[in-house]
Amino acid sequence: MADFQEQIGNLCPEAQFDDSGEFLLVTVPDEKWHDLATALKNEMHFDYLTALVGVDWKEELGVMYYLTNTDTQDMIHVKVATTDREQPRLHSVSDLWAVANFQEREVYDFYGIEFINHPDMRRFFLRNDWVGYPLRKDYDDSPEKNPIPLDDEQNEDNTYRLVEDENGNVTRIDGKVFEDEEYVINVGPQHPSTHGVMRYRTSIEGELVKKVDVVSGYIHRGIEKMCESLTYPQTLLYTERLDYMSAHINRHCLCLCIEKAMGIEVPNRAELIRMMMDELMRLSSHLLSYGCLTMDQGATTAFFYGFRERELIYDIFDKTCGARMSMSYMTIGGVVADVHPEFINDVRHCCDVVTEKLKEYHKLFSGNVIAVNRMKGVGFLSKEDAINYAVTGPSGRASGCHCDVRKCHPYSLYNEVEFDEVILENGDSMDRYMVRMKEMEECIKILRQCCDMLEKEGIEGEYIAKVPKLIKLPAGHWYQQVEGSRGAFGVYLESDGDPKPFQKPYRLHFQSPCFNLVGVVDLTCKDNLIADLITITASIDFVIPDIDR
Amino acid sequence: MEVKIKSMKHEDFKDNEYIDKLVEELNASGTNVVVGKLDQLINWGISNSLWPFCFGTSCCAIEFMCLGAARYDMARFGFEVARNSPRQADYIMCQGTITYRMAPALKRLYEQMAEPKYVIACGACTVSGGPFKNSYCVVKGIDEIIPVDVYLPGCPPRPEAMFYALMQLQRKIKVQKFFGGVNRKEKRKELFYAHDAQQVAPSSPEEAQEATNENLNNQE
Ligand code: SF4
Repeated sequence: MADFQEQIGNLCPEAQFDDSGEFLLVTVPDEKWHDLATALKNEMHFDYLTALVGVDWKEELGVMYYLTNTDTQDMIHVKVATTDREQPRLHSVSDLWAVANFQEREVYDFYGIEFINHPDMRRFFLRNDWVGYPLRKDYDDSPEKNPIPLDDEQNEDNTYRLVEDENGNVTRIDGKVFEDEEYVINVGPQHPSTHGVMRYRTSIEGELVKKVDVVSGYIHRGIEKMCESLTYPQTLLYTERLDYMSAHINRHCLCLCIEKAMGIEVPNRAELIRMMMDELMRLSSHLLSYGCLTMDQGATTAFFYGFRERELIYDIFDKTCGARMSMSYMTIGGVVADVHPEFINDVRHCCDVVTEKLKEYHKLFSGNVIAVNRMKGVGFLSKEDAINYAVTGPSGRASGCHCDVRKCHPYSLYNEVEFDEVILENGDSMDRYMVRMKEMEECIKILRQCCDMLEKEGIEGEYIAKVPKLIKLPAGHWYQQVEGSRGAFGVYLESDGDPKPFQKPYRLHFQSPCFNLVGVVDLTCKDNLIADLITITASIDFVIPDIDR
Repeated sequence: MEVKIKSMKHEDFKDNEYIDKLVEELNASGTNVVVGKLDQLINWGISNSLWPFCFGTSCCAIEFMCLGAARYDMARFGFEVARNSPRQADYIMCQGTITYRMAPALKRLYEQMAEPKYVIACGACTVSGGPFKNSYCVVKGIDEIIPVDVYLPGCPPRPEAMFYALMQLQRKIKVQKFFGGVNRKEKRKELFYAHDAQQVAPSSPEEAQEATNENLNNQE
């Protein structure tokens, strides 16, 4: 850490440092930020923007940047803020890390911070006629200001940029998303193949896609704002409704983050159970994406096969957690109840069945000439772009990135089990599909080892740590990542150390993997056939409520 | 580990008091022998081939997919042909949160469906806003924008519960009347008023009747 401090201090003498937290915190004034960011990326190789979180500190509005060096996996975070609440402006870094493009639009939507030199300053989640910035602490949420709109939304083609010249003068330049002569086709928001309520506006030339404008926010539920008025155990509920296909995993992440902040030691058995649930969830999620991907290409039978095996996993959840979906099983300090007595046998049985069936899936679909033609070489994403757009999970690994959080920043008991990180090189739809198929085998490998470990522990044991009734965190902020089914899922938690009995998070941000995935739709679909738009997005595989939150 | 689940009693599944009452009321007002039989025939047809319109916005949609898959297999009840176009569907099963941005689209899709059309509000979110009741941009129950026939609570409802809701809808359909005009959704009068913005709202029913007649005459 001291090393980084010295290097950054040389690059930017104005920077202030604080290494009391988990990572080195660098605070820089906005004028120096872009230069420092360039140096951080090019000289110190912080090429992966892990998270970008807007925060309202009342007297300041600002952004927290979490940066990772993909070679050494070192992380630092940088704080940039402004005191101007009337017209807050910061410098954009979207030219350095492409992922910042959408994320800065999100911050603009929630806090009204405008980013200088950002190419396309529009709202991301809310309608253009929305009044106010909802995540500001002084937001007025009276229904009169923003009633339920019943008129159809107008397509907004206008956008603007703020450009800074050499003397530091900022001018506004209006622009258009699509030019008048472009031929724009609308897909969604209610379209069965978009896997939810996503909308793409695609400009095409003949049958080739020229540009895709992603219109999101049709399922934006305002979770982050709601969390600020709930106690910590209550906030856990929402994690399962983000990416419902990695419900356990997301919940695990928030639990880990709160435990880290409180310094709670979780019993070994609880951690083991959690890990097994995570892997079962991943298995179920990959089975679903297999089903959906195949169905989008017309193989309806394969969809039924995928769902048939998922029912086995649902049964396991049902027995232990009491619900098929939205299980609410993990809690701060452990899990809410011990596993069902038949749990281990069920998991073993499930592993055996799925191993057998995987062969069938490959026979049915992987080698099929239609599938190969539609996926091989289609929707290419290079390794550089994957890192630049912070694409993680199976889609990132299909492009050759080493980005599995279970390996890079091991958490839980992933250090104690043996498994391989599946990495393929081609970066096309076929590889994204294959990574998932191979990852299922790895899941089974992990589950089998866990079964043995749990058997050694005996049928019953300590499954929850002693946790105080009222959960209070000291002032500070924490960041925790886990490997979700679709990529690195992160939680940013900030507490103001409020002494009141029912403490609430000051800011809770979910860094969802799908948000980054949707950023590459334009890049991967460009110059492909419009018919392939659906297969490419299905192979990238995002869950819309996870994007919109 | 003993888990006691308080659930619906078995007899309650068959307890459909309000539907019985509806049947009684309808019969009391007299049924024409010929059209009554015709109604029955039509209702038998509709209720056994209800085609859903896929409208899944979030988590509940996954459970609906399970309903279509092999274990639950909704094809057994004639629900199988999930349509992607509102023109071809009989009912809209709204699964998932409806946000302010989605609301106009949902309303429009509902309006595009052909009569007779039905709505099932599936999941806590569509019934009342569910876990997102306090959010700044979630519609607190879809009945604020479209009429709902069956409310199905749960977060998400189990597939069995979904079947129950669908069968409840079937029962409801079996007692509707096409020729009597007793429980059609939109009354003729209201329809005319809604579509004629110049019209001043009538103060009494008689006045309303007169106005409607006039209106009809004018149109002719
Ligand atoms: S009711 Fe529950 S499961 Fe259904 S959409 Fe709402 S949050 Fe998701």
